[in-house]
Amino acid sequence: MNGFIEWITQPWPWYVAGPLIGLTVPTLLLVGNKTFGISSSLRHVCAMCVPSGIPFFTYNWRKEMWNLVFVIGVLIGGFIATNFLANPNDFVLSNETRADLMGLGITDFSGLMPSDIFSWSTVFSAKGLLFFVFGGFLVGFGTRYAGGCTSGHAIMGISSLQWPSLVATIFFMLGGFVMTHFLLGPLMSLVGF
Amino acid sequence: MKVLEKNIPAEICDAPNSQENIEKGFALIKYMIIGVLFGIVFVKAEIISWFRIQEMFRLQSFHMYGVIGSAIITGIISIQIIKRFGIKTISGETVNIPNKEFRKGQIIGGFIFGLGWAITGACPGPLFAQIGSGFTVVFVTLLSALAGTWVYGKFSDKLPN
Repeated sequence: MNGFIEWITQPWPWYVAGPLIGLTVPTLLLVGNKTFGISSSLRHVCAMCVPSGIPFFTYNWRKEMWNLVFVIGVLIGGFIATNFLANPNDFVLSNETRADLMGLGITDFSGLMPSDIFSWSTVFSAKGLLFFVFGGFLVGFGTRYAGGCTSGHAIMGISSLQWPSLVATIFFMLGGFVMTHFLLGPLMSLVGF
Repeated sequence: MKVLEKNIPAEICDAPNSQENIEKGFALIKYMIIGVLFGIVFVKAEIISWFRIQEMFRLQSFHMYGVIGSAIITGIISIQIIKRFGIKTISGETVNIPNKEFRKGQIIGGFIFGLGWAITGACPGPLFAQIGSGFTVVFVTLLSALAGTWVYGKFSDKLPN
C-alpha cells in the first residue's frame, strides 16, 4: 500500500497520463453520447447568466448542464490531487526552460506555477492585466472563435479524424510559438519584469 | 434543433450532446466523477503547470507532446473500436460523433487561443484544475475567458468565418 501511495504521488509520466486523458473520449461517448470538450462550458455559463438576447447564447443550455458538472468535477479533482496526492519532491523543470525564464525575470521555480505571476498581489498591476485579464480574454475569445480548445479539437476532433480540428490544433501551436518566442519577452518587460 | 450560429447548428460546436434523453439532477453525478478523475490526471501529470506549457512551446521537453500525442492515439483507437463493433451507449443509443465543418475561425481563433495559451499557461480545462489546486487567482483568468467568450458571441456575425 505504501508503495502504491509513493508511486501515485510522484508526477505521472506522459505514457500514463496521455492514455488516461484519451480514455475520456470513449468514456463520455459510452456513458451519455457526449462529445469531449471543455471550452464549451464557458459558452454555457454565458448562455445561462448573460445571454443578453444574443443569438449565439440563445439555446437550450439546460441540456448541456453535464458539461458544467464535468468542469466542476475537474476543479474538485484539482483540489483532491493537490491536497491528498501531492508530489513530496521538488518540482523538476528542464534547465534550458529555467534559464530562459530566469532571463525573463521569473525567480520562483518551487512549484507548478511561479508566484512571481500567480498570486493575488499581482492582480491589480500591469502584470495581472497581462497574465490574467489579457491572457484569459484571448483564451476565451480564441477558443470560441475556433469552435473548441485542446480537448474539443486536438483530442476529440483529431481522435475522430476530422481535419478541421487538425487545422485548429496547428494554429493553436503556432499562436503559442509566436507568443513564447517573439511576444512574451517584450510584453513581460513592458509590465515590469 | 434550431439553427443558432450563422447556419451552423449547435451540434457542430465542441462538446455537443447527442443523447436523446436529457439527464437531470443525480444522473449528472457520473459526469462529475469523470471530471474529478480527469482533474486529478491534469494535476498529477503537471499539465496545469505554466512551466510545462513554457517547456512545450520552447521545445525543451517531450512531456506535453507525449501526453497530447498518446491521448490522441488512445482516442483514435477507442473510436475505431466503438465504430467497428457498433458499441452502444449504456442507455442503448447509437454513438453519434457530429462532423466539424471547416471555418476560418479555426485558423484565426485558433491562433488567438494559442497566443493566450502561452500567456496563461492554461487551456480551459487546466484553468478549472488550477483553481481547484489552490491557485485561486486564476479565477480572474476564468472571468476574463468568460468575457472573451461573451464578446465573441456578441460579434460572431461580424467576424470573418
